[in-house]
Amino acid sequence: MGNPPITIPLQGGRAVIEPIARHPGALDSASKLIMVTSVASDSHTWNLVFLQILLEELGFPVVNLGPCTPDDLIVEECRRLRPAVLVVSSVNGHGHIDGRRLISRLRRDQDLQDLRVVIGGKLDVTGGADPTLSRTLLDAGFDAVFSGDAAPAELQRFLSELPPKALANGREDR
Amino acid sequence: MNSSMELAEPLSDTSFGGFVAAAKAAGDLVVQPRMGFATVDQMRAGLVAVKNARARVTGTITLDSYTRVGLHRSARRALDNSDELNGYPLVAHGPVVTRTMLDGVMDDTFPVQIRHGAALPGEIFLTLVAAGVDATEGGPVSYCLPYSRTPLHVAVDAWARACEVLTTRTLQGHRPHLESFGGCMLGQLCPPSLLVALSLLEGLFFRQHGLHDISLSYAQQTNPAQDTEAIHALRVLAEELLPDMSWHVVLYTYMGVFPGTELGALALLKESARLAVRSGAERLIVKTPAEAHRIPTVAENVRALEIAAATAQAEREAASAGFGQQPTAVRDSAVYQEARTLVEACLELSADVGTALRTAFTRGYLDVPYCLHPDNANRARSVVDPQGRLEWLQTGSMPISPSSGTGSTSQLQAAEFLEMLTFVSRGFDARALNPRPDDRQDGPRRSLTP
Repeated sequence: MGNPPITIPLQGGRAVIEPIARHPGALDSASKLIMVTSVASDSHTWNLVFLQILLEELGFPVVNLGPCTPDDLIVEECRRLRPAVLVVSSVNGHGHIDGRRLISRLRRDQDLQDLRVVIGGKLDVTGGADPTLSRTLLDAGFDAVFSGDAAPAELQRFLSELPPKALANGREDR
Repeated sequence: MNSSMELAEPLSDTSFGGFVAAAKAAGDLVVQPRMGFATVDQMRAGLVAVKNARARVTGTITLDSYTRVGLHRSARRALDNSDELNGYPLVAHGPVVTRTMLDGVMDDTFPVQIRHGAALPGEIFLTLVAAGVDATEGGPVSYCLPYSRTPLHVAVDAWARACEVLTTRTLQGHRPHLESFGGCMLGQLCPPSLLVALSLLEGLFFRQHGLHDISLSYAQQTNPAQDTEAIHALRVLAEELLPDMSWHVVLYTYMGVFPGTELGALALLKESARLAVRSGAERLIVKTPAEAHRIPTVAENVRALEIAAATAQAEREAASAGFGQQPTAVRDSAVYQEARTLVEACLELSADVGTALRTAFTRGYLDVPYCLHPDNANRARSVVDPQGRLEWLQTGSMPISPSSGTGSTSQLQAAEFLEMLTFVSRGFDARALNPRPDDRQDGPRRSLTP
């Protein structure tokens, strides 16, 4: 702890990694499975590997579905493994299209009402110039949207601020 | 030096391999771009510009993402709508249009290779041979594990059939050439011994399926001395394992996160050209300073080719006689020993190379670090050590041990991992602030020994 944040370019974008602060009260992480996935059209993997390492460092068990994940596979794996949070990461610029389609599938599924779903990365081809993008994705059903330099730090904050109960039982603090 | 070239039957000068062998005999490094455009006019113009570059060049047609995954109707629709594609839609254009596009451009002085990235390359191979092209690349492992969800056994079968297409349908008098992409797994953070082993194993797979003329790839990693050792190991092992084949080594300029500065990117490109000369690689696939930001233009590609060729020329002039590899010394190197162990462990599993590869991945005898494909064990981990060498941190079930000096088995931390991913780009961008004398020049020059 006490280290300065480091800013490093990644996949053409930048990631800011804050020194990881533990929130022992908030993070009842050991039993809360997080599923990491890309979307159907995106074959990038280093973003997914990085997220897995980051989340494991925070103490979460992680299942990583990898790149080019069809919607059917994501839904099926969510139903089978019942993760607390699904983290969708895409950097090919088509994430807002694939992401909207995916979240409508997930939100229609009665068995996955408690699933928290967040999305991040380089979600369109404007490089973050579209101010309405996040709102559109939130309205479509995502619990949070992370983009730009601070995305990994914001994801950590999102997870650390989720009360244990929310991680276990659902989305009442939305 | 390269006995395999002499043992194999003479290549016709018109073949891809024959062109590279002639360049080697003349002391020239062959340089090649990555380049693909949607329309026939754009593609032809790009090839013509490359052909006219002041360098010994081979041409590239890189295919688009739709074609790579078999969505040829989507590619056709994009063409009809004048939408941008990130490459040449070979199958959508078809063999007749492609043959016309290449007419008067591809010839004995300018061979062309088709580059694609398809785990299931059947239609692409059928189309390219029908178009009169006889050089392409990929492999059952290298185009399956990193980017696709195709099961490995499906890719292995598809590549066996594709090899057959290439060897039986190539035009009379033409000698097909197939390059293994196995030395480029995931672009970065795969230790050299595994890259060397996979390149050789795919070469052996191609040999079993009828190819006589192949290239073995290796992608520049994090440390020039280690990369030189790796390419020397690749050459010595190729002489041992493929004595009845014609082969050459193709080096790729760094494929990981690229320097963002122009000077840093050019310094990295030049370092790869010098590495090619030092290690005896015959061909170099270049990158451009635009790489970190967008797809490069034709002019940027031509400039990168000319800079790489001039740098290689200067390096060759600076190197005195007696510069070649010493096979005995190479056999003592860790990368040779590890690569040989991995190849042997795989080949022991079956007389059929494809079956051996599948079983080796199932058992984790081959394990690509950080590769998320379901058929990869993903228990191996690599690290960049303090000297900048890419080493094993964990080797899973592979028959090799973690490198000494990589410390404990401590879990890799996220910040540390990001630093590894950007080790090369940060190093070369820092060099842009404090350039070495030979980083500054673009044109032909005398090499300045450090």
